[in-house]
Amino acid sequence: MAGWKSGHIDRAWKPDYIDPMTELSKIDSTTQEIIDEFAFFDDWMQRYEYIIEMGKALEGLPDDRKDDAHKVPGCQSQVWFYARRENGRIQFDADSDAMIVRGLIALLLRVYSNRTPDEIISTPPEFFEALELGSHLSGSRANGLHAMVTRIHAYAKAFRDELSADTIEPETLA
Amino acid sequence: MAANGSYPIDRIRGDFPILSEEVHGKPLVYLDNGASAQKPSAVIDQISKTYETGYANVHRGVHYMSQIATDAMEDARRKAQMFLNAADEKEIIFVRGATEGINLVASSWGRANLQEGDEIILSVLEHHSNIVPWQIVAEQTGAVIKVVPIDDAGIFLMDEYEKLLSEKTKMVAVTHVSNALGTIVPVEDVICLAREKDACILLDGCQAAPHLPVDVQALDVDFYVFSGHKLYGPSGIGVLYGKEALLDAMPPYEGGGEMIDRVTFEKTTYAELPFKFEAGTPHISGIIALGSAIDYLNGIGFDAIAEHEHGLLEYATERLTEMNSIEIVGTAPEKAAILSFNIQDVHPHDVGTILDHDGIAVRTGHHCAQPVMDRFDVAATVRASFGLYNTKSEVDALVEGIKRVQEMFA
Repeated sequence: MAGWKSGHIDRAWKPDYIDPMTELSKIDSTTQEIIDEFAFFDDWMQRYEYIIEMGKALEGLPDDRKDDAHKVPGCQSQVWFYARRENGRIQFDADSDAMIVRGLIALLLRVYSNRTPDEIISTPPEFFEALELGSHLSGSRANGLHAMVTRIHAYAKAFRDELSADTIEPETLA
Repeated sequence: MAANGSYPIDRIRGDFPILSEEVHGKPLVYLDNGASAQKPSAVIDQISKTYETGYANVHRGVHYMSQIATDAMEDARRKAQMFLNAADEKEIIFVRGATEGINLVASSWGRANLQEGDEIILSVLEHHSNIVPWQIVAEQTGAVIKVVPIDDAGIFLMDEYEKLLSEKTKMVAVTHVSNALGTIVPVEDVICLAREKDACILLDGCQAAPHLPVDVQALDVDFYVFSGHKLYGPSGIGVLYGKEALLDAMPPYEGGGEMIDRVTFEKTTYAELPFKFEAGTPHISGIIALGSAIDYLNGIGFDAIAEHEHGLLEYATERLTEMNSIEIVGTAPEKAAILSFNIQDVHPHDVGTILDHDGIAVRTGHHCAQPVMDRFDVAATVRASFGLYNTKSEVDALVEGIKRVQEMFA
């Protein structure tokens, strides 16, 4: 967007090159987009219905990938996370047996999937605070949000440190 | 809300300040009493009163405040003694909660009495705190754990229990009331059968003590534990009852101050009961306030409480049974005020999250009783557990909340 106007056009021709500044503003615009979407709703029910809708639409994981090795510890419901690198960006695939948690996963993937490790690491989940889902959603560990974001950041750090890795197995995470 | 309308529900609710709080702009509907009960002003005020007017360390000071605090603490011990109808106040050991009580028995009694090949009988209904301490001592001693199964209604299978009992049985440790399902275990029969094999019996009374009168002498039980915080008392305090002869013969559990008679580096002799098992400065204000909780319950009376709660359980069971796509987990005819259920195709965690927005506090999860969940092949349930201050209109609120959940997830 701003990139080519300020003379970065030749970089944009190189398919693998990701301008960190451009992408950083992109992740910010995604979180802002989500905040704007939620601001549109009048009450908590509409906000939750939207999350449930997103949860239903989430592709999720086939049953054979919902294994213990990829379970995220610290969630009251069951949550599974996979991560792989494609063209320098991390792709996450995730699922949960609880629908609201699936909706939260959909939100997290919108923000954190298809990003570079540095973008992920530099984006804390503070945008959740603005969604007015109730303090318990952002603050408590019970719904697994904290555990999921910790897992996403741990994957990002592992991919940053293992430059040649295409996949990271959860047992190697710090 | 007793059938005759004489249960003073308005006054009782007025005794619990937290019940007038709002949650997400809605009146609090507290149906998580099985996890922890709310506290009446009598308990809350007693904690302040202790610190404001009668506090010092106990059992060692000659000064006035120490005497006052000691008297109040020992007074609470007598209240706990009468609450359980124990033969002697020495048989009341103050512990942090039921978990510590079971760990104390498993460790102290277990290591002194269990040998390789000895058997410990538990049931599928047990809370993890009545499983794991026995697994630890079994590993240390070579004892073996046997588990009494339950049927599809959640009923303790007495026939299967009888088959498991043998000369090898040294300990039978079972719950009085299931925390996950509400099943009341016929502990009189459990004890009778264990007696025939000279086995020791421990009952986990966490979910029974708040709902039913308990008489340890009539039961002829060896050990009985309960937690204060589920009995409308403070958290961090509970009671282990043990028969004097057994406690006397057991080695100390923790060493420290308060529990000694005489200490030299060559040899230490231990204090008399109950102090032998109460190392360190106890939870003085908690103990005294637990006494206030017992007074409070006695003031209402267990017959009235049991009748009120039974009415709530019946009403809630009836209303949920009428609804579509609700499965009640645990349908034993004899239940305390616990109702576990699942809504078809909706994860309990989702149910709990939406109910919370209606101000309704329920427990979702495995309730620290994973073997029960495995038995019913569910990962979790929603659990509504009622207390002496709950009302039928709160059951109605729960039903409305469930309807809303069903609409939202349809």
